[in-house]
Amino acid sequence: MDPVTLLTIVVLAVFVGFEVVSKVTSTLHTPLMSGANAIHGIVLIGAIIVAGQTTDPWLLAVALLAVLLATVNLVGGFVVTDRMLQMFHGRRDVAAAAGRRRRKDAR
Amino acid sequence: MSILSFEWTALLYLAAAVCFILALKGLSSPRTARRGNLIGALGAVVAVITVFLSARLENIPAILLAIVAGSAVAAPIARRVQMTQMPQLVALFNGVGGGAAALVAVLELGHNIDPWVRVAIVFTMLIGAVSFAGSAVTVAKLQELISTRPLLFPGMRWVMSLVVAASLVACAFVVATGDVGWAIALLILGLAAGLLLVLPVGGADVPIVISLLNACTGLAVAASGVVLGNVLLVVAGTLVGASGTILTQAMAKAMGRGVSGILFGAFRGGSTAGSTVQSDRSVRSSGPEDVAVVLGYAQRVIIVPGYGLAVAQGQHTVAELAEALEERGVEVLFAIHPVAGRMPGHMNVLLAEASVPYESLKEMSEINPEFKNTDVALVVGANDVVNPAAKSAPGSPIYGMPILEVGDAAQVVFLKRSMRPGFAGIENELLHSPKTTLLFGDAKDSLTRVLGAVKTL
Repeated sequence: MDPVTLLTIVVLAVFVGFEVVSKVTSTLHTPLMSGANAIHGIVLIGAIIVAGQTTDPWLLAVALLAVLLATVNLVGGFVVTDRMLQMFHGRRDVAAAAGRRRRKDAR
Repeated sequence: MSILSFEWTALLYLAAAVCFILALKGLSSPRTARRGNLIGALGAVVAVITVFLSARLENIPAILLAIVAGSAVAAPIARRVQMTQMPQLVALFNGVGGGAAALVAVLELGHNIDPWVRVAIVFTMLIGAVSFAGSAVTVAKLQELISTRPLLFPGMRWVMSLVVAASLVACAFVVATGDVGWAIALLILGLAAGLLLVLPVGGADVPIVISLLNACTGLAVAASGVVLGNVLLVVAGTLVGASGTILTQAMAKAMGRGVSGILFGAFRGGSTAGSTVQSDRSVRSSGPEDVAVVLGYAQRVIIVPGYGLAVAQGQHTVAELAEALEERGVEVLFAIHPVAGRMPGHMNVLLAEASVPYESLKEMSEINPEFKNTDVALVVGANDVVNPAAKSAPGSPIYGMPILEVGDAAQVVFLKRSMRPGFAGIENELLHSPKTTLLFGDAKDSLTRVLGAVKTL
């Protein structure tokens, strides 16, 4: 790839990365870290390309290990983030409903 | 297969990259967080399908098998892990991602003779290996497989300098010769550097290191994208690297630490102050009935939950206790330290799981002025986040960390397992204060007994 184009992409991505998370509350630090962690699991694409180009069985074994590890990162990352957030939201609504019920009972 | 043209491939990768940006954006706000994460996952699915349809790939059955195996391992663990152990899992996933990036780079070494591409290769290998080994150490520390205190040995600074120097030499040789032997040496040196970097980090700082290593893995993935000429990897990796850096700074700020202080503080010495020996100074301990009276007749109680609560799985009991007190007309608030638990925001997740209304959870800056007007501060399984040593003892490893000012409350009740110091290994002066009462025992157990006693008041 043309190095200048590449540099352009990198610089713009850095600014986007800074910008999108600049105003996050500490409440969401953990899910955000976990979500970002899942996103870099996309190295799976690279592992697949490398595994798909090799013919040597030893190199293939290493490449498949990379595919395996990257999949663990990608799939596990998104699932665990979703679990965290599901708890956050679903239960919060439940709690709000329970709170309303309590207040109603008190009245 | 190459069903997709070059243009379509690039467009689909662009769509995936946009998904990732939207995912990070969504994750920054509580309302959109879950949807954001799902958009990210969608982007990943699009990207994986695209690579199978666009590149000319051999070994497709084996690759699919590895993907299925990886998913079969990761998804059930991610679904079943206890929320208290989630930080370890995130660290683990981060580490394997770094490892994958390093392996991809090694395998690409044979195809590339362009020295600039080789620079990207050595960068990916080194950072990926550091991230892999560093994450492994954080997992071991969080699981308490190894000591949570900073681990140092004499001459560690020299060993570290030597490893860094040797890594740079190996990098130079790999770039110049493309030799696989040097590449393997570089990987080993990277692993050693990762170990040496994280071993001296104290337990309380581990979450920040996880975030930092997360950003590192992002950069390694971006560099692997340069190696493979894949724009999606470049964009996604850079995004994670940049946002991870911001996040690391935000976390370090919440703890009143500088990132370099965390990484190199122990090397400079002085950060290992504090003692693990139990103090034999007197404390005032009491029974659950006394604690119930103190709580039940208070006007306002602030509960400070910490990691001990999470370990004991006491979050549901503490929620019940809060409810029982509120029925008696006591105002109950939860004071959440930004690093309560093992990660920033961890405690919010745990209490949300226990259906504690979101509005009762107060952040540190919001709650600290309130302690003055509070009858009882109930500290459940927390220690470091309320330790006044952070303000008064410049030699202490937590010095400078903002704390919850529970000492301002009229009375302080600690529910503790023992007099053992907290995760950071520093004694807490507050335990010996005349206004402090202690109730020893497992957090959930103590809460259950206090709850029972409150109900009979």
